[in-house]
Amino acid sequence: MEIVIVSGKGGTGKSSVAAALASLSGDVVLADCDVDAANQYILYKPQEEEFEAFTGSREALLDRTRCDNCMICIEYCRFDAISLTEGQVCISPIFCDGCGLCAKVCPGEAIVMTEHRNSMLVSASFRYGRMVFGKLAPGEENSGKLVSLVKEKARQLSFYGQKSDIIIDGPPGIGCPVIASIVGADRVIIVTEPSVAAIKDMERLLSLCSSIGLNTGVLINKSDLDREKQNEITDLCHKEGIHIHGKIPYDPMFVDAMVHCRSICEWVPGSGTVSVLRDIHRDIFNGR
Amino acid sequence: MKLAVASGKGGTGKTFFAVNIFYSLISAGKCAILLDCDAEEPNAALFVGGEQAGFDKVCLDIPVIDKEKCLYCSKCSESCYYNAIFIIPTSSIIRVIEELCHGCGVCNYVCDNDAIGKKEKPLGYVVNYVLDNGARLIETRMDVGVYSPVKLIRAGVAAAKGASLVIMDSPPGSSCPFIHTVAGADYVVLVTEPTPFGLSDLRQSISVLRQLNKPFGVVVNKAGIGDSAIYDYLLGEDIALLMEIPFKREIAEYCARGELFAVQDIEFRKQLLAVFGKIYRNYGDRDRKR
Ligand code: SF4
Ligand code: SF4
Ligand code: SF4
Ligand code: SF4
Repeated sequence: MEIVIVSGKGGTGKSSVAAALASLSGDVVLADCDVDAANQYILYKPQEEEFEAFTGSREALLDRTRCDNCMICIEYCRFDAISLTEGQVCISPIFCDGCGLCAKVCPGEAIVMTEHRNSMLVSASFRYGRMVFGKLAPGEENSGKLVSLVKEKARQLSFYGQKSDIIIDGPPGIGCPVIASIVGADRVIIVTEPSVAAIKDMERLLSLCSSIGLNTGVLINKSDLDREKQNEITDLCHKEGIHIHGKIPYDPMFVDAMVHCRSICEWVPGSGTVSVLRDIHRDIFNGR
Repeated sequence: MKLAVASGKGGTGKTFFAVNIFYSLISAGKCAILLDCDAEEPNAALFVGGEQAGFDKVCLDIPVIDKEKCLYCSKCSESCYYNAIFIIPTSSIIRVIEELCHGCGVCNYVCDNDAIGKKEKPLGYVVNYVLDNGARLIETRMDVGVYSPVKLIRAGVAAAKGASLVIMDSPPGSSCPFIHTVAGADYVVLVTEPTPFGLSDLRQSISVLRQLNKPFGVVVNKAGIGDSAIYDYLLGEDIALLMEIPFKREIAEYCARGELFAVQDIEFRKQLLAVFGKIYRNYGDRDRKR
């Protein structure tokens, strides 16, 4: 079974919940698809085994000796990445999307496209199975490509779900990286919290998941933060026919566990929160 | 001056800081615009409210293939860096995968048979709000199913152009959407929390800001939870710690209800203004000061 944990808004405890579910599973492939801010390897300090370089993006580089400032490239670039600065044509690496059009239109062949290969796909072992994560080089574009690679690797390691379950810690937002992380999953679990912002994000994620036709459930973290908002979430889910896997009250032990590089299930195994998490784990994986 | 509020990790309190410093500034009589660049999850309006006063639709030019003219030469598909054109020449199948298309125009350029035209694909909106006291909120809002918020962010930044004081709520993370937001800022406030995850994501953001040569400082939110590693890091790297906001359940509850803590707590408002004053003195718009 392949499940993806997402949250829209950050800070709802998505990664901590994903980590907890992994330690309750015992033998999983944990895929950290939050490649912008990969956190699972910090918590689990896995044994890194295999590295694959990944071409994140490319950009246009100008050879000034060949450029005669004809400005044709400026006219064509749809990302406004090329401009005339102090009489000279300049390409902004920030705004360049790497499409390659300028290199094609330049009559003097003054522009070459260069690729960045400094992002990494890492496969590793940790105490509850295997782990796959991406390390996006700072400033690289997270186009969802690396997310797809992380996921494909996780599927290979689990023999496409035959050998073990896959738990995916998904990226924030609703754009390309999220879409790449959720397509093809058996279940998407949205970790939300009773706050105005988290509820709005949950609604946007729900509409994204239903437009792709995914099986989606909700988990309410910090459920006792605001009673009214909690009811709002339950009402909304009932109306949409979305299953609620459980409610976890606010528990500072999540952070305490993180500081000690443990999942909450390892840090305070006997606590009420962990027993709630056990029920949730059962609810998710037995409903397969 | 344009001040961007960002955070590597989501949920550290970036929007919380942005809306509260914005409120503090306008209640102190400053004329400011709040620009919500978190187009995937725009939430600032929940906190500052306001009356909607018009919006602009943002579109992307994407290709349309005229099958009458197409000779299935595959040139367009081979030239598309984003793999957005699907073609099986032997079966006369050609299709633009709109979700993947970046609207770059390479295919239009390479097609020798004039078989590719253009159409507009909506990406989302730039929405204007007017608040009670005449201040403005500009919100970027991406449609569900769109691959990237970058074009919307740029449209939002363009809409706020010329304003003397803009507070930008940046998208989370440290990749493109973040970069396109901070590219237009004079100073970046990074909001983080004192946990191992917070520290790791902060480092990532800082390495990007250093590459971009942007001045920045750090606000530690939820101080009191986690550990002290973040302070050691800031000290070691000689990075400005602008402010600490203690973790209080009360603050979390205010946020949950969509209320501004700075409205209630005058002391907090004063602290935010002091932080702003310090930044403004060093990085504020020199031309305007003269
Ligand atoms: S590669 Fe594309 S985006 Fe980059 S400068 Fe050239 S035309 Fe513009
Ligand atoms: S098209 Fe080529 S020669 Fe002309 S300005 Fe651009 S880079 Fe220079
Ligand atoms: S416009 Fe660019 S991205 Fe879109 S299909 Fe054409 S070549 Fe590909
Ligand atoms: S380049 Fe033009 S003619 Fe060739 S396959 Fe594409 S649309 Fe058809």
